[in-house]
Amino acid sequence: MAGLPFSQLDGAGHLRHFLTTEGLSRETLTDILDTADSFAAVGKRAIKKVPLLRGKTVVNLFFEPSTRTLTTFELAAKRLSADVMNINLKRSAAVKGESLLDTLHTLEAMHCDMFVIRHASSGAAHFIARNVAPHISVMNGGDGRHAHPSQALIDVYTIRQHKPDFSKLRVAIVGDIAHSRVARSQIRTLRALGVKEVRIVAPRTLLPPMPEALGAKVFLSLEEGLRDVDVVMMLRLQQERIQGPLLPSLHEYNACYGLTEKKLAVAKADAIVMHPGPLNRGVEIDSEVADGPRSVILQQVSHGIAIRMAVMSMILGRRDAAKEPG
Amino acid sequence: MAIVIRGGRLIDPANGVDEVTDLTIVDGRIAALGSAPAGAQVDEEIDARGLIVCPGLVDLNARLREPGAEHKATIASESRAAASAGITTLCVPPDTEPVVDTQAVVELIHRRAADAGMARVEVMGALTVGLKGERLAEMAALKRAGCVGVSNGLQPVTSTEVMRRAMEYAGTFDLGVFLHCEDPWLAVDRQMHGGSVSGRLGIGGIPETAETVTVARDLLLLEQTGVEGHFCHLTSTRAVTMVAEARARGLPLTAGASAYQLHLTEDDVVGFDSQCHVRPPLRSAGDRKGLRAGVRSGVIQAICSAHQPHENDAKQDPFALTEPGISGLETLLPLALDLHHEDGMGLAELLAALTSNPAKIMGVERGALGVGAVADVCIFDLNARWVLEEDTMLSQGHNSPFLGQTLRGRVMHTLLGGKVVHTWTP
Repeated sequence: MAGLPFSQLDGAGHLRHFLTTEGLSRETLTDILDTADSFAAVGKRAIKKVPLLRGKTVVNLFFEPSTRTLTTFELAAKRLSADVMNINLKRSAAVKGESLLDTLHTLEAMHCDMFVIRHASSGAAHFIARNVAPHISVMNGGDGRHAHPSQALIDVYTIRQHKPDFSKLRVAIVGDIAHSRVARSQIRTLRALGVKEVRIVAPRTLLPPMPEALGAKVFLSLEEGLRDVDVVMMLRLQQERIQGPLLPSLHEYNACYGLTEKKLAVAKADAIVMHPGPLNRGVEIDSEVADGPRSVILQQVSHGIAIRMAVMSMILGRRDAAKEPG
Repeated sequence: MAIVIRGGRLIDPANGVDEVTDLTIVDGRIAALGSAPAGAQVDEEIDARGLIVCPGLVDLNARLREPGAEHKATIASESRAAASAGITTLCVPPDTEPVVDTQAVVELIHRRAADAGMARVEVMGALTVGLKGERLAEMAALKRAGCVGVSNGLQPVTSTEVMRRAMEYAGTFDLGVFLHCEDPWLAVDRQMHGGSVSGRLGIGGIPETAETVTVARDLLLLEQTGVEGHFCHLTSTRAVTMVAEARARGLPLTAGASAYQLHLTEDDVVGFDSQCHVRPPLRSAGDRKGLRAGVRSGVIQAICSAHQPHENDAKQDPFALTEPGISGLETLLPLALDLHHEDGMGLAELLAALTSNPAKIMGVERGALGVGAVADVCIFDLNARWVLEEDTMLSQGHNSPFLGQTLRGRVMHTLLGGKVVHTWTP
């Protein structure tokens, strides 16, 4: 009976905010990937800048600690020639009792164009997008367990470079699905792009209620879940999971769900292995796999900048200029 | 002083009355059905033609926030809102600040309600001191102060021994125990129903078992102690079935549901609408169906508002960080009437769940309009449509997911002890 969910698209179907991959069409997602292609070259030049967002101000508002996400968002904005401010709210006004809305309105008064938000609470990016001044766009840099849409796009971008025909792919996402915003966004994106089969592999304690409703096939055994897959996407296991009643020990988790060369043998011979980082070596993934020939983990990191440049430029309305020489 | 309510359809479920008749009130009590007794001087007439006249509504579960949270609402503000919604008796849970575990707090609430003079306020005493679930509250004293029952509010009593002894002790003084069932371990750090929507949104899910495990425990303890129990706010089909089975075995049990829970489901949380953040959580469409069936079959005897007014800031945050609750007084009647309009439930049975049943559950002589009864009366237009607007809400809390929606059924007049406390004006 409540109102319609807040929309991240404008009336013409273009991105106004970037909050979730849920509801994004195959065309929009492909558009982002194609735009990222055109930006990937920028990073390889001697002068790694394009003037697309000159005069724009991007604020990275991080309520949770992060190194790689913050850094790639910052670099992406700088390569687009935007001014960038990083605000770590873990240490500033938020802990002095200022409300989230007050923090927001204070920053709004400084005439920014985009907020990149990372927050521990699901729905935080939606909340902020709904409440900011109309000239400000919001990019979700990860909200609680809900969504991490740019990470999911980085992952499918990486897959596309190795396996361009999605219609034949079997993809297994392995690990703490219940608490993972990355997994939720990955499943949506893979489904929207027409991947043949998306699997989630986890013990039942790390699955959300009614996991099939996410649009994936559930496997409780890693050996069965990896059989004949083209892509293995590992998730980080938060160490605090073993403090509650979800898992007995890291050792047992590694024995059952940790990825080793031996367990990977049932996947397709040319299967690639991914991980959004940071890695827990010896917990969810063994070093021989992480550093092995099938790992594309470092490529994922390098694609982070191009994807974020693509989305930022598309939102701030200069997407056509992306083909201009820098 | 005599008032005659002319030409309304009088529905008085407790007395089996459903007929078009005048109703005469003299000195605050019902004097006659039909015309005023000969010789009586009529001071005021209310034209109720085309309207329904029923006992003033009795709401078993409404938080008025006073004492302790007057920035959210006060007894005066909320009893005024209640009057406008046809509610003449409100029962408040003990989770105020300070908690209702001493006579002084009971007296304070009664005094403030009397000063406001817009609705009767009954008080639920605490089951345990500070609602901490450890030591028994002084229930004999609370009863003397006028408490109509005892409850631990939304706080769990985790120790089964404490719960058992609290029930036995309440039974000693003939106090009914009012139960909110939520297992604290299964609900910790979680904010919505555990189902497909919580999985999709990444919000911690409170499983149905958080309710049913505790209902099962409390049913067995009630059976052992033989105490009267009321489940205040059931949310799941399974819990309704469990209560129905226990009643069939002859246990002295009753159950309630909130009006909004008969309408909203987990799907309303999609989009992270904090107005739909409530505790206990909105459950599945199947559960909503089960609750409505429970009301129709009489397993659920009382429909309450579960009123929890908040200041706007309490809802201005990401979903999980907002405070749960809906300001529900002003939508109680129209939402409940939907069971008549949509499900074809008889009006007399439905109004019983809003008047005589909750009065009986509390053990107060209200919710009926027989000759001699206190003239608490609600007069409403069954079919009038209106839109709930923030500007015109009388509750200090404007937190409602129904804002902007068209509701059916509007209260035209409310009488409290024969005094008109509300008349609708366009």
